[in-house]
Amino acid sequence: MAPAKKRNVSSVKTAEKSAKKAKVDLSKTVERILESRKHANDVFDILESLQAEQEKEVISAVAACSELFCALLERKELFLGKLPGEEDALSGGYSAEDKYRIFMRHRYTSCVEILLEHLSHEQYDIKESAMCCLMKFAAGEGLHPLEDLDWSEHYSFPRELIQALVDNLLSKATDNSLLISRFQEFLEMEDVRYYVMSSIRDNVGKVMDKSKGAVVPVYQNNVFTLMSSISMPNQESELTNFMVKQEAKHEDWKAAKLHEHKRVFERMWLGFLKYKLPNSMYKKVLVILHDSILPYMSKPTLMIDFLTAAYEIGGAISLLALNGLFVLIHQHNLDYPDFYKKLYNLLEPSVFHVKYRARFFHLANVFLSSSHLPVYLVAAFAKRLARLALTAPPTALLIVLPFIYNLIRRHPSCRVLIHKPSAEDEPFEDPYLTDEEDPAQCRALESSLWEIKSLQKHYHPDVAKAALLINTPLSEQEDDISETLEVTTYELMEKDLKQPEIKSVPLEFETATRLLKGGGDVLGQHFCLA
Amino acid sequence: MSWGEKASMMWVCPVYLDPKPSIRKETLLKEYKQKNRCSKFIDRRFGEYDTKMAPEDKILQRFTMERQRVHEKKDVYNLNEEEELTHYGQSLAEMEKFNDVVNSDDESEEKGLLSAELTASHFGGGGGLLRKKALGEEEEGGQRAKSRQELIEELIQKSKQEKRERQVQREEAQELTEKLDQDWKNIQSLMVKKTPKADKQEEKPKLEEYDMMVRELGFEMKAQPSEKMKTPEELAKEEREKLQKLEADRLRRMMGEEVVEGAQSQIHFSADDLNDGFVLDKHDKKTLAYQDGKWNMGEEEEEEEEEDEAEDEEGEGESSEEQESDAEEDEVEEEEEEEEEEEEEEGSGEDDGHSDLESEQESENEEEEEASPKPKKTLSKEEVKAQQEAAKAELPYTFAAPESYNDLKDMLRGHTSDNQRLIVARTQKSNHPSLAVGNKLKLQKLFGFLLEYIGELATRSPPELSTIDKLIPEVYALCQMFPDAACKAMQSILGDAAHSMEETLEVKGHAAFPTLDMLIYLKVTALLFPTSDFRHPVTTPALLFISQALTKCPVRSLQDLTSGLVLCSLGVEYVSFSKRFLPELINFLVGTLHLAVQDKASLGYIVVPPFRASGKYSDLLVLSSSESCRSWSKKSLPLSATQQLDLGNDPDRDTHRLTCLSTCLDLVKRCCLLYKDLPSFTHIFQPIRTLLSKHLSTQTLPEPLQELSSEIVEAISSMPVTQSALVFDKRKPIPLKLLTPKIVEVLDYGKKRGSTREEREKERLKHKYKREFKGALREIRKDSRFLAREKLNEVMNRDAERKRKVKELMGSLATQEGEWKSLKRKKK
Repeated sequence: MAPAKKRNVSSVKTAEKSAKKAKVDLSKTVERILESRKHANDVFDILESLQAEQEKEVISAVAACSELFCALLERKELFLGKLPGEEDALSGGYSAEDKYRIFMRHRYTSCVEILLEHLSHEQYDIKESAMCCLMKFAAGEGLHPLEDLDWSEHYSFPRELIQALVDNLLSKATDNSLLISRFQEFLEMEDVRYYVMSSIRDNVGKVMDKSKGAVVPVYQNNVFTLMSSISMPNQESELTNFMVKQEAKHEDWKAAKLHEHKRVFERMWLGFLKYKLPNSMYKKVLVILHDSILPYMSKPTLMIDFLTAAYEIGGAISLLALNGLFVLIHQHNLDYPDFYKKLYNLLEPSVFHVKYRARFFHLANVFLSSSHLPVYLVAAFAKRLARLALTAPPTALLIVLPFIYNLIRRHPSCRVLIHKPSAEDEPFEDPYLTDEEDPAQCRALESSLWEIKSLQKHYHPDVAKAALLINTPLSEQEDDISETLEVTTYELMEKDLKQPEIKSVPLEFETATRLLKGGGDVLGQHFCLA
Repeated sequence: MSWGEKASMMWVCPVYLDPKPSIRKETLLKEYKQKNRCSKFIDRRFGEYDTKMAPEDKILQRFTMERQRVHEKKDVYNLNEEEELTHYGQSLAEMEKFNDVVNSDDESEEKGLLSAELTASHFGGGGGLLRKKALGEEEEGGQRAKSRQELIEELIQKSKQEKRERQVQREEAQELTEKLDQDWKNIQSLMVKKTPKADKQEEKPKLEEYDMMVRELGFEMKAQPSEKMKTPEELAKEEREKLQKLEADRLRRMMGEEVVEGAQSQIHFSADDLNDGFVLDKHDKKTLAYQDGKWNMGEEEEEEEEEDEAEDEEGEGESSEEQESDAEEDEVEEEEEEEEEEEEEEGSGEDDGHSDLESEQESENEEEEEASPKPKKTLSKEEVKAQQEAAKAELPYTFAAPESYNDLKDMLRGHTSDNQRLIVARTQKSNHPSLAVGNKLKLQKLFGFLLEYIGELATRSPPELSTIDKLIPEVYALCQMFPDAACKAMQSILGDAAHSMEETLEVKGHAAFPTLDMLIYLKVTALLFPTSDFRHPVTTPALLFISQALTKCPVRSLQDLTSGLVLCSLGVEYVSFSKRFLPELINFLVGTLHLAVQDKASLGYIVVPPFRASGKYSDLLVLSSSESCRSWSKKSLPLSATQQLDLGNDPDRDTHRLTCLSTCLDLVKRCCLLYKDLPSFTHIFQPIRTLLSKHLSTQTLPEPLQELSSEIVEAISSMPVTQSALVFDKRKPIPLKLLTPKIVEVLDYGKKRGSTREEREKERLKHKYKREFKGALREIRKDSRFLAREKLNEVMNRDAERKRKVKELMGSLATQEGEWKSLKRKKK
């Protein structure tokens, strides 16, 4: 920000002269103020333009402010310790030097206030520059603390400033996701992250208590964005990047300890999740839960309440909660009663249509891979899935059919589902009870998978081929369903579209004469051309 | 020598003969004995060294040779007696048996016969045996009658002259026949269809052209009498058989069996087909006739023109007569032709050879398709006529193939739909692949442009669907010409549409219903390609697209619903033949029926996405007032209703709702019929049954809909709910392990096997070489041993001789001595 440079630029670009002029003036003013104290009152000009209408002016004012106050902080020309009121300072017995410092400290405080206000400005550029400026102040304050050092807990970290910043970031009215993603770079710093996390917790507690547990979508969205952008370190040795280095007793600083980080992180999430969330928020949280939240919690089992609640909601949210539950059951010895019963009841036609289909089937495959499951349970799952397959799209069928086959392979006593030679030749009604919620009572083992037999007539050749497998004993080797999990309809279509060498394309031999004719005239019977 | 045969002797260089142990004495020994000599005695009597010949044969042969030599110089006047007379390398004696009928008129042969007989008669010979006797006596007779010799010479001269005359005659005749051949050829090409067999015969250079032609003529006249006109019943039968064959083919593909190479051409190709897809049909002639300004001429002139044309286009394909005779063969072409004719003809009652055939086929078609009532057709014919009259002045007859899509648009702009079709047809004709090299590509492009054009017509507002309707036959014809290009074009359209849908799905999670052009494309796909194939490069993706649209596009308005129902109808059409299970179709129909349910509480069934059990758009089909039920009557929905719907007031909207509902119910009914054989039929239709019997039956609906719904419920409940348990397919029992040893023929023992062929060959050769080498060595040793033995023998013999001689000498000396001594004694 060398003023000379600025002048050069302005002389070259005459068109933008007027716009630049303010900037030039401001940087000149800053220079003057720093040069000699008699120009101290010019600081009001800067603060004035900080509140201007024009975006460019504000931005240059922000830049000027940051330059000015950072320099002042460095020179320690801001009053330290508890700040007396402005009138008190004038009347009180302070030296001229102190008076000047008190004056400047007051200007600094008002500047910070204005900047915090700017964080909820409409213009993103202003928001961003204000935020950056505030972070610069925070760094400056960290180096040259304005308060007496609080060695007991927070050391020289400008906790209040960060708290105020976070409070303003988590707006209740506007979606700040863009700004928050910009803020992410500051979260790389360990101490900033630590204090931001604790600030979030305080803020969430305050705001949600005020709203009395009701859903505040925008606010919660902001909180979630900020929280999800926090990436936790894995090891204590990774804690190296600090904004404020503590010369003394650094080791004892809470922000330098991983378990403290984890504790704050955990408390932040629990504090957030204990309130009622909008449904979309549940999904978002659950999607990231298992790999970016649970591993960093000191006591992951504390999440059980949230997960159980989510699992009870039903639909896609339940599907997603499965993942977290799985981690808890698998790694943290959680005992979940009726887990399989609930899983069984999760199987509805919609599981084939939701976005998280691949994840669900991946997990279901893991849950059902145990060979210690009772036969009735596996048979119930197989039958239920087969029944649902009657409404599934081909991509899902290509997952479900191998899935069912794998179940039968793992539990050979389930083979009666596809091969019941004793009951041959005597037709009977399907004994399976669709509406029975308990897999133990649904009589799946007495049934057969006629659904798959029906799917042998499916229109898609791959599905029909897969369904044909039940006509012969299944092979020993399990099918790998992980490959088919993510296949989309378009990819399935491409298989036919991108066939390299077609020998010769069969053609329709019935001559086409009219648009609506042919194929049984279904279209022609119900629709006309005009 | 004993047979008076001179032994020919010759000095030759010694030849090394194969040293075999048995013949060593005869070869090596001789050689040894001749070692230092430079001359040799060789016996050149016939077969002397031939060991294979029996001695008797040898003697006989030698005798005959001797006899031949004796006769050699004696036969001054013998023209051709002793040697066997041949003609073209065949014995004349054989020919005398007249077993070759075809050559009987060959004069040269006759001549040969004659002369043989003549000479035989003059020399008093009767048969072959007598002749020899005569020869034997000749020596005496020749000198006895000198006057006769003159007679003979005369005779000879006469016969020679005759010979010459005959030759001249023959040449003339040949010339004439050649000329005849030429003429015949000209006529023949006009009259008779050449069979490919004939071509093959021509290729053989050995046979004479004329003979061949005659033979061919004979065969053809006998084997292929012109076929009688078929009775209508026969034609119908053939038509049905052909359709049955095509149907069988379709079924086979539906089952997904592997396509047998070569057995898959659906179109019958006539023997003369140039395989370029060119169809010389009525349409051509029409255009041509029209070009001459004789569009409306009577039948005579038309026929004349047809004949002209037939001659003009001789190289191209069948002439009109051929078409007639091949009528039953080229049915596909005929069909097409006749379709075009039906629409193109102005119905002036012209009556050429086809008309009765066609009407028959037409009625057959109608039986098959059960569509397009006749009266309507004639009406449209007249319309067409009127339009053609109007357009007569404007339309040119040839069109350059459009190079770009805009060219095509420019070409078609401002024309009526019928004229647009005519233009496309003419473009297609005037750029036929057989006319120029680049035309194939041009027409392939034209197909793509046409598709694009169809899409554009469908997206116009209002959509010009009737024009599309008119263009369908052209698209079909082009597709039949270039299946591969058509397949590519269709695939790219489907691929693009599916891709864009996939992209919106990824972003938003749902997509809008396909627009009208896509619906039309899907329909066109079904028209051009078989939908029943187990796997087809176009229809399988198309079906996937339909299913994707039915699962991912939420219904948010009546337009959406109409689009959905169009897609459902298409889905039903796609699977109507193969009866394949399309779950998305049932899901969508259930969802649609659900939209009509008033009370959404206690459903008893589950709605599948994209529908929701309750929500903003879940009451789309609920009637606003039950009044509208009374006034409602079923009408076809316009396809444009998928794009925009102007339903201002509630009654209109209710009418539309009821129409949608009736369409939906009809589709459900069709599905019931389609899927009645599926084992899980009851489970698939359980939601529909619940919906209809519990929910919709309580609501007020028009009479026909009530009936339809109760019919469906009945159909569903009448299905058997019992099933027999699943078992694996019975498989062939696995055969027991066979314990018989496998016998492998080992050709060379002790040799390592399993190496490559070359190596084995090399091994074999090495081995052979070794053996030969050893053998040779052994032979040489034996030879030397033999020679040594011989030498020893010689020496021994010589020594013995010498001893004997010495003994003799000594004996004689002794006697001499004795005598001398006794003499001496006596003297004493």
